[in-house]
Amino acid sequence: MTYAGRDQVYKQEIAQLEADELLHISGARRAWYEFRRNRFALVGSVFIIFIALMGILAPIVSTHDPYKQSLRKRMKPPTAEHFMGTDELGRDVYSRLVHGARVSLFVGIVGTTAGVICGTIIGLISGFFGGWVDTLVMRVIDIMYAFPGIVLAILIVSVLGPSLQNLILVLAIWAVPSLSRIVRGNVLSLVEQDYVLAARALGAGRVRIMFLHLLPNTLAPIIVYATLGVAGAILTTAGLGFLGLGVQPPQAEWGNMLSNGRQYLRKAPLLMVFPGALISMTVISINLIGDALRDALDPYIQS
Amino acid sequence: MQKYIVRRLLLAIPTILGAITLLWFAMQAAPGDPALMFVPPDFQGEEAEAYLAKVNEKYGFNDPLPLQYLRYMRNTLQFDFGTSLRTMRPVSEDLARRIPNTVRLGVAAFLLATAMGISLGVLAAIRRGTWVDSALMVFALVGVSMPNFWFAYVLILLFGLYIPILPPSGLGGPKHMILPTIVLGYTSAGYLTRYVRSSMLEVISQDFVRTARSKGVSERNVLIKHALRNGLLPVVNVLGINMAFILAGSVIVETVFAWPGVGLYLIDGVVGRDFPVIQGAGLLIGTSVVLVNLLTDVMLVYVDPRIRYE
Repeated sequence: MTYAGRDQVYKQEIAQLEADELLHISGARRAWYEFRRNRFALVGSVFIIFIALMGILAPIVSTHDPYKQSLRKRMKPPTAEHFMGTDELGRDVYSRLVHGARVSLFVGIVGTTAGVICGTIIGLISGFFGGWVDTLVMRVIDIMYAFPGIVLAILIVSVLGPSLQNLILVLAIWAVPSLSRIVRGNVLSLVEQDYVLAARALGAGRVRIMFLHLLPNTLAPIIVYATLGVAGAILTTAGLGFLGLGVQPPQAEWGNMLSNGRQYLRKAPLLMVFPGALISMTVISINLIGDALRDALDPYIQS
Repeated sequence: MQKYIVRRLLLAIPTILGAITLLWFAMQAAPGDPALMFVPPDFQGEEAEAYLAKVNEKYGFNDPLPLQYLRYMRNTLQFDFGTSLRTMRPVSEDLARRIPNTVRLGVAAFLLATAMGISLGVLAAIRRGTWVDSALMVFALVGVSMPNFWFAYVLILLFGLYIPILPPSGLGGPKHMILPTIVLGYTSAGYLTRYVRSSMLEVISQDFVRTARSKGVSERNVLIKHALRNGLLPVVNVLGINMAFILAGSVIVETVFAWPGVGLYLIDGVVGRDFPVIQGAGLLIGTSVVLVNLLTDVMLVYVDPRIRYE
């Protein structure tokens, strides 16, 4: 037998062993096992942990004060001292990116989490109670869906005015429609199941059924969409920052760094290249994690 | 079936009315007195106050809110969105002039995204597990994950400045459309590619495809006659979502390319705190999305006879 052939046999045997082993583990552990085996997820996770550490340790890992201007060193190309160059006010681009990671990740995660919690509760109530509550909630969600993607965010910011708190609020509202729709759909199919009937027969209250019986069984899609939601939130944050409606300068944020850089596209294109590439890589990584979670949790997601 | 279509049509009406109402409430909640925007900056003291009173009188800002709401609703339903606070031009006229530009860009981007999404998605599904599949999935993922405005500037830098073969911005001949169309098309093709691929994979693994193969139908025909037809049905569903996605994307892409469409108008309104403009442009986008969704739902009835509508 050739080496390649023997390799093939070994691989099959290993796969069989793993499959046997998987029969005995279940639930979250199985999903975790599947997730760990996904190489794309590994790459994404490592990058996100790296960015998160960069944000958390921003004051330590940055080489300069991100707000210190130096008019003599404006728009310099990368050097040993400023290894991503300096911006239009002579500030260190690398240090600003590191501090920007803080804002982007923090805002994206906090906003999405708040939105996911609200959306989940709304979806639970809508699906569980049905009737006019459900009709009303779904009509309102339909109306919100009429303003797709960043349009909803732009409209809300135009009313509330741009600030960090409002940005988080916008991202939270932004996540509500899709989450509540998904949770509602799941709940609708779950309330028919016997275990819910059993719980009801045993005298469980509505709140108990919703949060102890329905919620745990609809967690899988919530986790997947929350992850993908963070990716969308970071893109929205950057888009708003770019339009001047997000985090306001001088605070360093990836979107408004891009917005500043566009005036110097010809003179200093690197001002746009670095933040844009960083946003793209961050969002790609989160999407990779989200896709892997979707694959790993697949048996628990009803289509 | 006709009953379903009529019911679907009727359901769109409260959604649109709701969107109109939501926008009105939002603008009422906005801090700051809109009447102040009318007062010329060189007016001072009593002169300014007198002018303010006249503005309030003329636009009915002093009337009770329900009355203002009803008047707003009546005007909006007659396509009268008021006048811009900055230019004093009627918003509906501005919009009418800009709609063709947005439609032109949107349709071009939609065609590009649909062609790319379907062909690449099918290709990835056929070549599943090979490097072609991986490369296409990375291509789609990058499209989904890149900020569209950033991609726009990368293209402007490459083809507008370094190899100056395309105009970097503005309205003009067909050449001006190339870059914005690519940006809008590619960033929305990503979702479609991923969706088409998974939809095709689902169909390819079904029994009737295996049956077709086993009775000796050529691979080409299996794909085109059996798999493709069934695999693309659910795609009709996403086309509407894709159109909405392109509309949302056009807001930013029009801003980058100084493309005088509805999206740029909305952003100008937001930056200048010009509420009639925000309301008008926001409503136009919202209504279009509702109508596009309505259209896809109705289309689906004709395309997919398996779905039963009660």
